[in-house]
Order: sequence, then C-alpha cells, then structure tokens
Amino acid sequence: MSARERLAGGTANFIDERTGAAKWMKKTLTKVFPDHWSFMLGEIVMYSFVILLLSGTFLTFWFDPSMKEVEYEGSYEPLSGVKMSAAYASTLNISFDVRGGLLMRQIHHWAALIFMAAMVIHMMRVFFTGAFRKPRELNWIIGVALLTLGIVEGFLGYSLPDDLLSGTGIRIAEAIIQAIPVVGSYLAYFVFGGAFPGEVFIQRIYTVHILLIPGIMLALITAHLMLVWYQKHTQYPGPGRTEKNVVGYPLMPVYMAKAGGFFFIVFGVTAFLGAVASINPIWIFGPYNPGQIGAGSQPDWYMGWLDGLVRLAPPIETHAFGYTISWNILIPGLIVPGIIFTLLAFYPFIEQWMTGDKREHHILDRPRNNPNRTAIGAMSLTFTLVALINGGNDLIATHFDLSINQIMWFSRIGIIILPPLAFVITKRICLSLQRADRELVLHGRETGRLVMLPHGEFIEVHEPLSPQKAYLLTHHEQNPPLALTNEDAQGVANPQGIKGRVRSRMSRAAQEQITKPTAKEVLEIEEGHH
Amino acid sequence: MNPISRIIARLSRYRRHKFAGPALLIAGLSIAGIGFSVAQAATTEIQKVTTSDKASLIAEGKEIFARGCSSCHGLNAEGAGAAPSLIGVGAASVDFQVATGRMPMADMSQQAMRKEPVYNEAEVAALAAYVASLAPGPAAVTNEELAWERSGDTALGGELFRTNCAMCHNLAGQGGALTQGKYAPTVMGVEPRHIYEAMVTGPQAMPVFANTVLTHDEKLSIIKWIKHAENEPALGGAALGRVGPVTEGLLAWTLGLGLLIGIAVWLTTKAR
Amino acid sequence: MMNNENSGAIEKLSDPGLPEHIHRKTDVDPRAAKKAERQVSILFALSAFGTLLFIYSYIWIPEDTFIFLPITGTTNAHQLFLGLGLAMALFFIGMGAVHWAKTLMPDHEVVDYRKEQRSKDEDRAALVATVKEGAANAGLGRRPLIKRTMGLALGLVGLSPLLLLRDLGPLPENELNETNWKAGTRLVTDPGDRPIRPSDLEVGGVAQVQPAFPQGKVRHLDDIAKDSVLLIRIRPEEFNLDAERLSWTYQGIIAFSKICSHMGCAVALYEQTTKHLLCPCHQSTFDVTRAAKVIFGPAARPLPQLPITVDSEGYLVAQAPFNEAVGPSFWERDS
Repeated sequence: MSARERLAGGTANFIDERTGAAKWMKKTLTKVFPDHWSFMLGEIVMYSFVILLLSGTFLTFWFDPSMKEVEYEGSYEPLSGVKMSAAYASTLNISFDVRGGLLMRQIHHWAALIFMAAMVIHMMRVFFTGAFRKPRELNWIIGVALLTLGIVEGFLGYSLPDDLLSGTGIRIAEAIIQAIPVVGSYLAYFVFGGAFPGEVFIQRIYTVHILLIPGIMLALITAHLMLVWYQKHTQYPGPGRTEKNVVGYPLMPVYMAKAGGFFFIVFGVTAFLGAVASINPIWIFGPYNPGQIGAGSQPDWYMGWLDGLVRLAPPIETHAFGYTISWNILIPGLIVPGIIFTLLAFYPFIEQWMTGDKREHHILDRPRNNPNRTAIGAMSLTFTLVALINGGNDLIATHFDLSINQIMWFSRIGIIILPPLAFVITKRICLSLQRADRELVLHGRETGRLVMLPHGEFIEVHEPLSPQKAYLLTHHEQNPPLALTNEDAQGVANPQGIKGRVRSRMSRAAQEQITKPTAKEVLEIEEGHH
Repeated sequence: MNPISRIIARLSRYRRHKFAGPALLIAGLSIAGIGFSVAQAATTEIQKVTTSDKASLIAEGKEIFARGCSSCHGLNAEGAGAAPSLIGVGAASVDFQVATGRMPMADMSQQAMRKEPVYNEAEVAALAAYVASLAPGPAAVTNEELAWERSGDTALGGELFRTNCAMCHNLAGQGGALTQGKYAPTVMGVEPRHIYEAMVTGPQAMPVFANTVLTHDEKLSIIKWIKHAENEPALGGAALGRVGPVTEGLLAWTLGLGLLIGIAVWLTTKAR
Repeated sequence: MMNNENSGAIEKLSDPGLPEHIHRKTDVDPRAAKKAERQVSILFALSAFGTLLFIYSYIWIPEDTFIFLPITGTTNAHQLFLGLGLAMALFFIGMGAVHWAKTLMPDHEVVDYRKEQRSKDEDRAALVATVKEGAANAGLGRRPLIKRTMGLALGLVGLSPLLLLRDLGPLPENELNETNWKAGTRLVTDPGDRPIRPSDLEVGGVAQVQPAFPQGKVRHLDDIAKDSVLLIRIRPEEFNLDAERLSWTYQGIIAFSKICSHMGCAVALYEQTTKHLLCPCHQSTFDVTRAAKVIFGPAARPLPQLPITVDSEGYLVAQAPFNEAVGPSFWERDS
C-alpha cells in the first residue's frame, strides 16, 4: 500500500467511524450527472453567488454604511472637498485607495449581473423543457423566490454607494412605498426613519443586503440543491433514457473536475470583465442629492422592465373623500409584478390543472412537443422584453434617432398586442416543427441527390433516419384533451359550469398537436420503400 | 574671471556711491517708460487697424450673411418662418452656431447638429461682427480669454454640472433624449468657448444661464469639470459609452453569459 | 374525467437503447494521451503565471501608471493587470481541470436508476397512524379550551416583533404637506445661495433655486428633497394661465417645484423652444405655459407652482408657501 492510499484510507476510516457515512458517501461519489450544456446554467448561478459572497465580504472590510456627511479628502481629485455621505466616500476609498478594491467592486457588480442573467436563462431552460413538472414543483417555487430575492438584493446592493444614479432609484422606491393605500406614508417614514432621504436608510439596507437576504438565499439555494440531489437530475430524451433511469457521468472523478473546474472558469470570466470593463463608475455620477438628476437614469437590467412598466403606465390617479390612490404607480409598480410573480410561481400547478397530468416526469420535453407551454413562455418573455425596451427608451431614442414619445407609444400598444401575437406565432411554429419531424420520420432526410427512375421520372433520394433519431422524434406522449362534461349523467348542469368550460377550453389548447407517426405507419412506409 | 563679471565687479564698486540709488531708480524708470510708450504706440497702432478693420469686417460679414444665411433668416436678419430673428443674439450666438457647424443647417427637419463647419474662423468672426453690429448682445469669447484652467474649480464645477446640466446632458456629459425626438448633445470634445457661449446664449432648446444666475467663474468651473471628464483615463477599464447600466447589462448578457455558455457547451461535448 | 391511461395508446417506436461507446483518441493512442497530459499541464502553468502577474501588479505596478490600449484608451495599468492576472489564475485552473476530465478521465456513461418519490403505501399509512396517535395522545381534540387559547397565544405572539419595528421612524404627521417655503422667503441660487433679482433672469433663462435659510441653519438633503424649485422666465404674453395662477408669476418668471409629482425625481429638463419640462426618469412632460399641466407620460398631476413676487429690496421672494404637497402622491393627500 502506498503512502497516499494509506492516507486516503485513514481519512475515510476516521470520518466513517464518527459519522457512519460510508454508504452515503459511496452513493454520493458515484452520483450520476447527465451531460448537457443547459444543465450548467444553474451552476453559473450558484458559482456567481459564491463569487458574490467572497467579493462582497472583501468590500465590507472598507465600506462604511453611514449617511453621516463628510468632506471628501481621498485621492480622486475632482471630488475633493465635496460634501458627501460616508458611504459614498468609503466607496471612493475602496475604488481608489485600496489596491484591488476597484477590481473587487467591479467583480462584485459583474457577478451580480451575471447571477441574475444566468438565473433567468436557467429558469427559461427549466420552463421550456418542462423540468418543473411533478415532482419538482417545489424546486420551481424556490427558484421563483430566489429570482424575486435576487432582484431586491441587486437593487439594494447598487443603492449602497449612495451615488446620484442609485439615489434616484431609491427615491423611486420611496414613491412606490408611499403610494401604498392607507399605510403608505407611514411605511415610508418607518423605512427611511423620517422624511426622505433621512439619515438611516443606507445602514438599514446594508444589514438587509449583507445579512438578511443573502442568509435567506443561502438557505433556499441549499434546499434547492438538496432537492436536485435527492430527486436526481432530469434528462433530455434519447435512446436508452427512460423515466426510470438517469444516464451520465459519475461525480467522482469526472463531474468533480468538470463542475469544480467550471467554478474557476466562471470566476475567471467574471474577473476578466472586472479587469477590462468599467461598471458603475460612481465617481462620475457624484454623491446623491435629491435636487440633482442625470439624463438617461436607468436601473440595472433586472429592474429595467419594472421601470419600463412604470414609464408606460397611463396617468391615472383617483382623488376621493380627501384621499389619493396613484394607479399610475400601484399598477405597474406593485400589482402587475405581483400578478406576474404569482402566476410564475404557480405555473406548474396551473399546467397540471389544464392537462390533468399528475404523474411524475423525469424526461424533458422538447419545446416543440408542448406548443402551448412554449407559446405561453414566448408570450411572457415578449411582455417583459417590451417593458425592458421601454425602460431604456431614452437611450434607444438618442442612439437610433427616434423619439421617446414614439417608443413610448410603441410600448404602450405593443405590450397589449405583441404578447398574444407571440403566443399565436410560437404555437404555429411549434406545430410546423412537429409536422417537419413527422415528415422526417416517415420519409427520411432529403439528401439533395436526384436520380432518374427507369421510366424517366426524377426523384430525390431520401435517406431513412437512424433508429436512434427516429426514436428521439417519436418518443413523446400525445394525450387527448380532458373529456370534461358540464352535465352529469342525469343531464343536470354542473354547478361549476364556467370553471369547467374554461378548463375544457384550456385543455384543448394545451393538447393541440400534430399527430406523431406510429410504429405501424413507420413500418408501412419502410415496407413500401424497399 | 569673465568680462561680464568684471564689469559687474567694476560697477559694484560704485554701489555705495551717494547717487547710486537715485541713478538706479532713474535708469529703471526710464527703461520702463520707454518700453511702455513703445508698447502703447504699438497698441494704438493695432487699435487703429481694428477700427478701420471692424467696418470692413462687418461689411464682409454682411456679404457672407447675404449669401449664406439670408435665405432663411431674412436679408436684414429679421427672421422668417422657422428661422428666428438674429437681432440682439450677439456675436456669442453666431460663434457657437456657425463655428460648431450647426448653422447653416443641413436639413430643417429636427435639430441643428454639430458637424464640420462650413465657414472658417475668419468668416465666422466676420459674421459675428455683422450680427453684433445689429444690436448689442453677448460677445464671443476665445479659449484663451476664458482661462478656465486657472480660474475654474473642478469639484465645484462637477456640483454645478450635476445641478444645472446633467438632467439633459447626462451625468457623464454624454447627452440625452428630450421630447419628440429632440436631444441634448454630448458635451465631450466641445471647444471651451463654445460651451461658454452655449450657456450664455441658450441655443435651440437649451435655456439661458445668465451670468447673474450662474456666475462667470462658475461657468469656468463647469468647463473645467467637463474637460476633466473628457480627459479622464479609463480607471476601471472600457467605459462602455458611459451611459450607465444599459450597456453594462448588454455586456453581461452577451460577452459574460455568452462566454460562459460557450464554455459550458465545450465542457459537455464528448472529446473525440 | 381524466384519461391518462390512454396516453400510451399510440404505439411507440421501440427504444434502440444507449448508443455504443466510442473510444476517444486518448483512450487508444498513448501519444494522444501524452499530448492531452501536456495540454493540461500547460493550462495549469498558465494559471500559475496569472498568479505571478497578479502579485507583480499588486506590488510593483504603481496605482497611477497608465498605458494606452486600442478600445479602452488610456487605462489604469495597475487595475488592468491585477484583474487580468486574477482572471488568468482562476480561468486556467478551470480550463485545465475540465480538459483533464474530458480527455483523460473515464468517459463511460453510467446509468443510475430512480424510484418514484412517493413513499410506499404502508409507510404512508404508518405515518398517518403515528400522527393521529400523537394528536390523540396530546388530546387536542378532546380539550377545546387548550386548542383555542393556544391559537390565541400563537396568533398574538407574532404582534410583538411587529410592534418592535414601530420605532423605525416617526409618524409622518403633516410633514409631507410642508416645505421650508414661507411667505416672504427669498429665492436663492443652488448652489451658491445668492438672492436673485428678476432682472438676473433673461427670457429663456432658468435658475435652480432653494429657499433662503436664516443664518446658522444648515441645508440637509431632506430639505432639498422638498424645497427644490425651478425658476423659468418666458415672455409674459406666452402664459396661458387663469388670473390666480398668473398673479403667482412675476414679469414672466414662474416657479415650479422641481420634485416630480409622479415619483419624485428632479424635473429640470426645460426646453426653451417648446416651453416643456421633461422628467428624465419616466418621461412625464409638463407644459410650463399652462401651469405645468401634464401633456405626456405617467404623471397624473401638474408640478406644484410656487407663488412669487419681489420684496422691498427687489429680490424674488415667495408670496406664500406651496398650496399643495410637493412630490409623489400619498394616501392622505387631498387633491
């Protein structure tokens, strides 16, 4: 036995004798990871989170979360002598007087943008492939909670430096709080410790940003991972892959190296961005002052769609009995996002209700094979995208020679018309792709080679598909819509008539499919060919 | 000992002479006096030239005006239709509009843009002299006259810029959108004198910042800050247009996430 | 009602099973394996070089060193090389590990089997029995008084932490309706604190102003957040105001709160040509000639107008405080 083997054996023995974990560890080390790039998206999110924790901890060593007014005396000359909050001054200090401080600030901010972007892409992957279906609905809900927390965490984070750009964002957040009926002004006074901007909110959001929300997120991420671990990965369809197995590479050693290596890669790419691209140059923006503002004030991208919604809201306010309700703030700022996130969180159950499918699913859907879901996804993304575009309308106007008024009207109309249009178009595209799949299975691949038949007719040679490919294109289920009746056997109308009719309509929409070829059809065609 | 030091040494022998002080004083005064009168003669000479020159300059300006500007602004600069009257706008306005190429306009559709100037400096000066001769207005300035580098205060300028300018021209001076397709242009790469003249005259949609509200020195500070922002090296890497989070988000999605997804695809493909 | 049982009704093509394993070059050719090994080592060596670059930059590149780069222009070399060193150090460890895993570690796919998440029926029944038995032993059903008082106690105990949050801030009282503008308060420039005469402002001119503070009173951000006013001068005949609002102006000079009536951003984008004010945050547009009436965007109310006049020394002063609350709407607002 070599020295190394002895050491490994000794360590394993030490741990097992104290925890009895040998069996569990063996199982863990041989856990199977399916190999697909889209399964790495969630890892980008997780690694970005770790990068955020590391770089964030570094920043806390110098950041002073205080709104005490100080006169700047650091090395950034154009601000010397300017009165500012200690928070802003210490951010300048991190940027210019701590070696590597600016790098860490930029890494932290880039990691945050990538964290949110990867979260959205990961969520899109899970949505469009149906990975949220039973038994993974809980993990989907945890994911939606993480997305929501991520947006809030990001917003609070970029507000900490107390610069003019982020201060404007805080001002808008205050207006949203203040607009809440009945308790709004009280809540605003509690949050800001008095009139806006007050002298406390930086230290308050600091605690929330570095302790409360990251703590909750860490707990949720842990639960998320434990569920993935316990329920095992989903897998893409293919030959040899069933609802009862999972095909891939073992954790030890392949995925340990791949996933571990990927952490360093994500960190490396983030550090690269931090090295070469400037982000949130607060020294240009100046310290916050409610009497100042900059043209083109924008939030970070994950808040941009909310800002876009607020911009396109109609100017409606109700004044009655001496009280005011600001619909122009409440609808885009609270009501619509509230509805969107609720629908998002409950989507797995909504789909179950539409299709009546309550079985477990571990094989992923190809998006085209579930046209209704794919179309719903495209519709939601279109809505968000129109809002996001409107959130940057001033920059789009100056860079593409347009008018903000035109873009605003485009968005106001577009946000109503474009999402349903996207739904219809996406659904048609999916059905066309299904039709193409059917053709492919039945008639093989067009080779582009023409041959002349003995009687003079030209035909194109079609190459039959490999059995693997044919299986991939036909393995999916196609269920007929729910047979729902609004009357019982005696002809008495169901008291839940409307609900039933809606469900029946939804179910028909959900199950709209191009009939896939059956084994019999394929056999017939093959016999005909040869 | 070289000859000059020998002379100095010889002279210094008389430095305790009782007439030494007055003599030195007289010598010094006469040198200064001669110099001054020569200089004064020179100045009057120049002034004479200017006066006679001024008339011809105005005449020249009037001629350029008749050829290039009168079709819109009217033969006597009284204005017509969309083109405003230029009576009383002053030389500052002409210098700003013409020397930055905004006037004459290429097309009347939206807003006069900064472009390659049509007239050279001398022609601009002539035009300015002509317009200034119509009615008193703000005078044109030169970069040297402004002496912003000496009199300005960058930090104060930043504060003033954020209060008075940033709402239209963006926090980093990159410009921004106004209503109905109009825009506030970037202030980067603009001649100091044109920045000053713009503040004094309020060209196009821009309001006037009178010297009583925003003092001369405050204007110089604003110019100093703008020039600082313009020349500030990339402290944290590529500036991404300095327009804030929109380009940052775009880069995070394209370069950041793009790279990572590309690597993820490589990571999960089977090696051959 | 449900017919999942039919789902398998369409006969599927048979599953051809997992594809055959194809050997990599590195599996069959020792030379290829050797080459891959070298590549992995080079990647790790690059990482080590990155760390050296990082250390070098940290210690020996002064923070005020600048170099010229094509895209970024003159760039801070300390920050750049520190970052590039770190990026290389991290990135190439990852690349090395992944390349190692891909080329040299076993690439036989393995199959793991899964079972349904649902527990076995007997386990579930046992759980139900345990819960029932536990509940029965506690006697919750038999002792309704305990159940109710416990519910009350648990419901109430949550109130105390809520109450503890009460002292986060004072009550708003009437503060949202008040500003520092009083009748006779002078308008002073922001920044600079200089009083303004009407003649200081040309037609087409603007001034950012604050109320004059008595000696010794310090202007806080809280004050600026409410008091900021934009002063605009146009030709008096261009006003389209009723008699009262017209009396609030002075020789074509009109004063509006700079705090947007929508969400409180500073509205100061004044277009001299159109006499429009634009808010850069959400593009609400206000018409100055019509008392800042909203003509575009999400704002629902005009900007509050400050009545102004001149005092005995000829300086601009407020005639009266704002007649309505400035800034974004709130529930108790009465207009």
